[in-house]
Amino acid sequence: MSKILIRGAKVLGGEPQDVLIDGQTIAEVGAGLSAEGAEVVEAGGKVLLPGLVDLHTHLREPGREDSETVLTGTRAAASGGYTTVFAMANTFPVADTAGVVEQVWRLGKEHGYCDVQPIGAVTVGLDGRKLAELGAMHESAAGVTVFSDDGKCVHDAVIMRRALEYVKAFGGVIAQHAQEPRLTEGAEMNEGVVSAELGLGGWPAVAEESIIARDVLLADHVGSRVHICHLSTAGSVEIVRWAKSRGIAVTAEVTPHHLLLTDELVRTYNPVYKVNPPLRTERDVMALREALADGTIDIVATDHAPHPHEDKDCEWAAAAMGMVGLETALSVVQETMVDTGLLDWAGVADRMSFKPAQIGQATGHGRPVSAGEPANLTLVDTAYRGLVEPAGFASRSRNTPYEGRELPGRVTHTWLRGKATLVDGKLT
Amino acid sequence: MDKHDAQSDARPVLEGPDIARVLTRIAHEIVERAKGADDVVLLGIPTRGVFLARRIADKLEQITERKVPCGSLDITMYRDDLRMHPPRALARTEIPGDGIDGKLVVLVDDVLFSGRTIRAALDALNDIGRPRAVQLAVLVDRGHRELPIRADYVGKNLPTSLRETVKVQLAEEDGRDTVLLGAKPDAQ
Amino acid sequence: MQRHLISAADLTRDDAVLILDTAEEMARVADRPIKKLPTLRGRTIVNLFFEDSTRTRISFEAAEKRLSADVINFSAKGSSVSKGESLKDTAQTLEAMGVDAVVIRHGASGAPYRLANSGWIDAAVVNAGDGTHQHPTQALLDAFTMRRRLIGPDAGLGQDLAGRRITIVGDVLHSRVARSNVDLLHTLGAEVTLVAPPTLLPVGIETWPCEVSYDLDSTLPKSDAVMMLRVQRERMNAAFFPTEREYSRRYGLDGDRMARMPEHAVVMHPGPMVRGMEITAEVADSDRCTVVEQVANGVSIRMAVLYLLLGGNEPAVTHTRTEEKQDR
Repeated sequence: MSKILIRGAKVLGGEPQDVLIDGQTIAEVGAGLSAEGAEVVEAGGKVLLPGLVDLHTHLREPGREDSETVLTGTRAAASGGYTTVFAMANTFPVADTAGVVEQVWRLGKEHGYCDVQPIGAVTVGLDGRKLAELGAMHESAAGVTVFSDDGKCVHDAVIMRRALEYVKAFGGVIAQHAQEPRLTEGAEMNEGVVSAELGLGGWPAVAEESIIARDVLLADHVGSRVHICHLSTAGSVEIVRWAKSRGIAVTAEVTPHHLLLTDELVRTYNPVYKVNPPLRTERDVMALREALADGTIDIVATDHAPHPHEDKDCEWAAAAMGMVGLETALSVVQETMVDTGLLDWAGVADRMSFKPAQIGQATGHGRPVSAGEPANLTLVDTAYRGLVEPAGFASRSRNTPYEGRELPGRVTHTWLRGKATLVDGKLT
Repeated sequence: MDKHDAQSDARPVLEGPDIARVLTRIAHEIVERAKGADDVVLLGIPTRGVFLARRIADKLEQITERKVPCGSLDITMYRDDLRMHPPRALARTEIPGDGIDGKLVVLVDDVLFSGRTIRAALDALNDIGRPRAVQLAVLVDRGHRELPIRADYVGKNLPTSLRETVKVQLAEEDGRDTVLLGAKPDAQ
Repeated sequence: MQRHLISAADLTRDDAVLILDTAEEMARVADRPIKKLPTLRGRTIVNLFFEDSTRTRISFEAAEKRLSADVINFSAKGSSVSKGESLKDTAQTLEAMGVDAVVIRHGASGAPYRLANSGWIDAAVVNAGDGTHQHPTQALLDAFTMRRRLIGPDAGLGQDLAGRRITIVGDVLHSRVARSNVDLLHTLGAEVTLVAPPTLLPVGIETWPCEVSYDLDSTLPKSDAVMMLRVQRERMNAAFFPTEREYSRRYGLDGDRMARMPEHAVVMHPGPMVRGMEITAEVADSDRCTVVEQVANGVSIRMAVLYLLLGGNEPAVTHTRTEEKQDR
């Protein structure tokens, strides 16, 4: 059956309409469409969004298949409503050559749950010294346009300048993990009242903000665009706001967890809350929400970072940094942005689909829900509320900070170019 | 001792003057049996045993016109029922300056019941020194021994049932001197 | 119910006074011919030391043995831990041997908290120092030493340290001793002042229940006790201060400075001392310095803690202060 009629869906949160998919494309959007020859999905007032796009995912393959693979990661993505994920370069081996990025890209294609756009490393081996073959990665079958040393900061100002300049030749963008390395030696959590009390090494906000400040100035100077990964502090928001007001080509992302959680949780010493950049304060959380609402922060990106159980079931210092996020991202955004009135569903579509696709140049993704567009769609039961149960995750890892927490919203259906990857909350 | 307050139906079996009289008698018996009480050291078991020991020491001083060494022996850390209750606050162990080696130690307690307190006291003494002999003085012996222990000096033998409680009140702690016999609250 | 001793901040005033009073009785055992009590007979305690600390370990060991517990010493060096075994596996292995309590010293802040709260083991956990977080028995022995010196062994019974002015000097940033002492001394009613160069004070200290000063000389005349913290020479290389010489000149305690303290005031040090750095030999060897007493008091305090946690069917120290902690 090649036709699917989604009946009574609130497209981008608007009035209920019917959406007819024919093959890989949206054929028609309107009221009272004919169901003839089509499989009918009764949306019953659920919200229909364009397929979500995650600009920041760690799929771990190759190298750490014990925590995630392209298959399990893309299944998790489909469960969370995503139709495209950008796979970070910090694999083993590092995605710093055309060979590695093509492998990841091909695996995503084969599995067919979600498009996988590899991100190339900026420097060889992520060591910050020598530019990787950015052009070769761009020209490969994977067509890499986003480059990042995420996990590490491109801290050398000259290397960063060159990278920003070099990718202009083919319209690439550098996504910076902003972390001044000397200021964060031994850093284990946000530096502030809680770290002082807990005796954990402080990760000061200024270590992020100083790099962002430098990089927006560099981008301005060389006329490049720069993307800031997982912005986490109120100060970073101020810098990006200032840069945008000056017309600097900067875009920024925020993770769902930085929109919801604070460093108070670290008092439990439970490493499920250990993440880089660290959870910040209530004031930062509020500034990030406001910035996402007013567009200073362009997008939500998950920084989905799977880790095996043993890397979290240990003392804080020994634990790995990171949280899984693909399967809870939309719920957290509903909780923090929609249910608080900061953003409507059209805004969510913008921050989680249109804009990330635009920044990453993901062709065919992040398109409007209208006739003629590729049928990359996500249906969300926004009235649902339930406890997060990691046992049900499609991801190979369970390191979620939301276990047992009640969150709103549940993705029930995902279509990738007209093919259902998720039906009634179950992967196909 | 029994924690609950004296019941309204608890009846006094010894009053102030009775207590003074039996302590005087015990003091005389100690002098007689210890042949002048030259080497007697009194050790009271906290809380009320300590007050009784001091009173007996005063009486001994009146009789012998000599100061009789008097101290306290906390047996908490030697109890055999420690794991049946939350840890108790410790009381003071105060051994008189000349110690107890070669002395006649008279342990003083308010009520002799199962004998387990005295067993613990003998163990505690063992870690402190080696007395010539150890004797026991109690205000009330209510029976129901669970160990082969008996008192050398008894103020009053009080036959009781296990459903009854014996409560000793002393002026130093309770504001008055009396021994009350009552019923256990849960047995009513 | 609090079955563990993880942080000095978890103790209420009454808990802390009960521990100090119990330690006072325990101290008297040290004067007896037989320095042993049968109280923890049949209980097994493991001293699980992931960091070298001979003094703390032997202090706990002496306390455990005086209470007749069976003692197992486990040092991470040369053990399965150095072969990559996790804290969880190590703890579970030990518990399988029938351990009633784990005394843990660990380089990672929060490791004892994790051990006590992750469901890995059932045994009681006593924190013997974790990273730069807490060292609660050190704070208790320090408070015990202060109470004995400033009030008196017998007069101090039942008393806290209300109104006493305590100055703590040195590397507060890296010091679990400072954190524990600030928490406990505040609970006991003392007024604490921390003195250090700004580089050795943590960001976020403004919420601590104490005063902060950069100037030692102005603080000394208002102190009933001055606690000097060890300053590791390596800190110099990380630019926390320019030279050892400059550090001692500004923050070291020498005879002249000691003379500015009130007559009754004492000098304390958790040890090991770096003579010539934070303290001169003249001060370290003076009668006002309580370093040796602190060691002896450490055994009494640890006996008291172990008795109150393990001596009954449930711990005597039962109160948590989570709410108050969050207020700060």
